[in-house]
Amino acid sequence: MQVLFKAEKDMLTVFLSGDIDHHTSKNIREAIDSELQRIMPSVLKLDFRDVHFMDSSGVGLVMGRYKTALVYGCEVYVVHMPDTVEKIMRMSGLGSLITFERD
Amino acid sequence: MRLTVDSRSVNESYCRVAVAAFAAQLDPTVEEISDIKTFVSEAVTNCIVHAYLSIPGKIYITASLTEDNTLIVRIRDKGIGIADVSKAREPLFTTGGDDRSGLGFSVMECFSDKLKVVSKEGVGTTVTIYKHIRGKNGNEA
Ligand SMILES: Nc1ncnc2c1ncn2[C@@H]1O[C@H](COP(=O)(O)OP(=O)(O)OP(=O)(O)O)[C@@H](O)[C@H]1O
Ligand SMILES: [Mg+2]
Repeated sequence: MQVLFKAEKDMLTVFLSGDIDHHTSKNIREAIDSELQRIMPSVLKLDFRDVHFMDSSGVGLVMGRYKTALVYGCEVYVVHMPDTVEKIMRMSGLGSLITFERD
Repeated sequence: MRLTVDSRSVNESYCRVAVAAFAAQLDPTVEEISDIKTFVSEAVTNCIVHAYLSIPGKIYITASLTEDNTLIVRIRDKGIGIADVSKAREPLFTTGGDDRSGLGFSVMECFSDKLKVVSKEGVGTTVTIYKHIRGKNGNEA
């Protein structure tokens, strides 16, 4: 599991990769939150392109980042979800709060 | 197959990969493999974050295949147990706080054919998951 960041203007993009489960989500969460705090973007993009596995811990991760971002008045986008990730994400109802984008 | 592991989060990926590898003899599709990994991960994570929250313990996993190509996975803990199972199985119900979404049981149900949960407070919880594997060449039911 690796987390890479790209900041441009007031948008922060987070490139997630590998497996997202309860074990890995702790480090991912901490990495994203410290970067959010440092940059205070108005748009946060979570890019799932290279995520090979995700369970409901990933939903908790996104939901938590949505709440944190809300404090900064920051909008959240979830982009490039593989089918397996989207299957779980759709179950959560998060789509009504967060914009899902395929490409 | 039979697998016993300590309730440590590093073991989550090992457990789901082991069960998926066991099911490989039925030649599952990519989606079926992903479904298996996901429901195992949900059940094992629940043992770690709920059952053994304060006192670590063992997680007992067995997997078997029936003649009609159904994978049966049983995941058992001797943790705190669940007071009200039907309430725990409701979508979005969680006692886990901010990082948990309360979707684990819904995911297990949705990604399998049948889910049985038996639990007793102070004794532990057994989750049994049934999934018919069609496989790449369409196994008989
Ligand atoms: N093995 C277990 N031992 C004790 N309690 C459990 C166990 N499994 C589940 N529970 C209880 O059932 C609730 C619902 O479980 P479920 O997996 O659906 O959601 P969650 O674990 O809270 O959140 P998520 O799985 O989305 O991260 C848990 O919050 C917990 O109270
Ligand atoms: Mg759970």
